[in-house]
Amino acid sequence: MTITVNMTVNGKDVSAEVEPRTLLVQLLRENLGLTGTHVGCDTSQCGACVVHVDGESVKSCTLLAAQCDGGQVTTIEGLADGDTLHPMQEAFREHHGLQCGFCTPGMVMSAIDLVNRNGAPSETEIREWLEGNICRCTGYHNIVKAIDAGAKSMGG
Amino acid sequence: MYEFEYHRPSSVAEAAELVSKADDGALMAGGQTLIPTLKQRLASPSDVVDLGAIAELKGIRVEGDAVVVGAGTPHAAVAGSAEVQGAIPALAALAEAIGDPQVRNKGTLGGSIANNDPAADYPAAVLGLGATVTTNQREIAADDFFTGMFETALTDGEIVTAVRFPKPQRAGYAKFPNPASRYAIVGVLVAETSGGVRVAVTGAGSCVFRASEMEQALAGSFSAEALDGISVPADDLNNDLHASAAYRAHLVSVMAKRAVAAAQ
Ligand SMILES: Cc1cc2nc3c(=O)[nH]c(=O)nc-3n(C[C@H](O)[C@H](O)[C@H](O)COP(=O)(O)OP(=O)(O)OC[C@H]3O[C@@H](n4cnc5c(N)ncnc54)[C@H](O)[C@@H]3O)c2cc1C
Ligand code: FES
Ligand code: FES
Repeated sequence: MTITVNMTVNGKDVSAEVEPRTLLVQLLRENLGLTGTHVGCDTSQCGACVVHVDGESVKSCTLLAAQCDGGQVTTIEGLADGDTLHPMQEAFREHHGLQCGFCTPGMVMSAIDLVNRNGAPSETEIREWLEGNICRCTGYHNIVKAIDAGAKSMGG
Repeated sequence: MYEFEYHRPSSVAEAAELVSKADDGALMAGGQTLIPTLKQRLASPSDVVDLGAIAELKGIRVEGDAVVVGAGTPHAAVAGSAEVQGAIPALAALAEAIGDPQVRNKGTLGGSIANNDPAADYPAAVLGLGATVTTNQREIAADDFFTGMFETALTDGEIVTAVRFPKPQRAGYAKFPNPASRYAIVGVLVAETSGGVRVAVTGAGSCVFRASEMEQALAGSFSAEALDGISVPADDLNNDLHASAAYRAHLVSVMAKRAVAAAQ
């Protein structure tokens, strides 16, 4: 049995026939080909799958596509304006906030939710916010620097 | 995940009807526990009834001397609420320390207490503040709600609609978090309420419980020193790779003192 889900993904209206047990991340990656959203753990711990639903960061591996029916979804692919990176993406590049890049889409989506709530987060606030985002490579230091810089450029 | 049928009702009455008609229906709030459980095939409901679109389950309001939090209110909304921060700062701080931001955006008060994980934070607030749980059928006092490990007084298909937290004179919460999940290895909520001092301990045992000897000591003097030399017996406490029962017993005393010191 399938159900129809309708949502806006990166500004485009999308309609898909899915099984009720389909996760949002499966819809994004498998139906829509938006493979920028990664699956690291599939057990709700690592944050590689973080996207925004109705403006808030969520783990798309721990959400049914059906729960997002009628919602607005933004993924890493929806951030750049043509060839111009989003200020948070640009900050990650500038400050070497990534090595292998696997965690990066989730880090960037999570960081933007932080800055939307708190335009000038302190280093401690950034580190605490990253509780749900795990990086195997960087040791976090440059990620924190990138988010600090990204927050400043998002602010102006 | 096994297959199931999915429903998204817009009222509590409709949800109750859907879950009662299903062969083996499961209620879902944010899915932050249910979806991982389904993925691991630890549960195989015939039907999932999603409470996420029910507006009447969401929101926070102050009613006289109490803060009423809708069962479907996410942790982030409780943590960020000016009403909760003003009336019961310990409750806002407890919600802010649950898991991570993404879990706090989806996970709910109702889901947390209905699940009654032995290491969850909210059960300590509900029991420690002497709250009342409202369901679609009745009101249940906190002292009667949590009945055992992952067990509550809720009957099959009964839906938690809200929790009424009476404003305490002061309350504090301190937890020693598991460094990976942030669940409580031990969490203690202490509150000076109109009905006396209450001390609720989560994470340490198979279910949240009250520490009566500590309550008596704090009723004499609400100070960290009043707890000197008082500990809970280790016999029935959890013993696992995160902490031994003896260490948990020690942590209960330390967290209780910190909670008293933080109380406001
Ligand atoms: C990575 C991670 C870290 C976490 N860390 C913590 C932590 O530090 N501390 C902590 O306390 N928790 C933690 N949690 C759990 C989190 O707080 C969730 O809120 C909790 O799991 C409940 O989720 P939910 O509200 O989405 O409920 P669901 O997962 O949707 O439901 C959970 C259970 O409650 C039932 N239920 C839901 N709503 C109702 C209702 N209104 N009436 C009756 N039954 C209902 C469901 O049938 C189900 O059995 C963590 C979770 C994750 C994934
Ligand atoms: S893949 Fe979703 S949290 Fe790891
Ligand atoms: S850059 Fe490799 S996991 Fe973060």
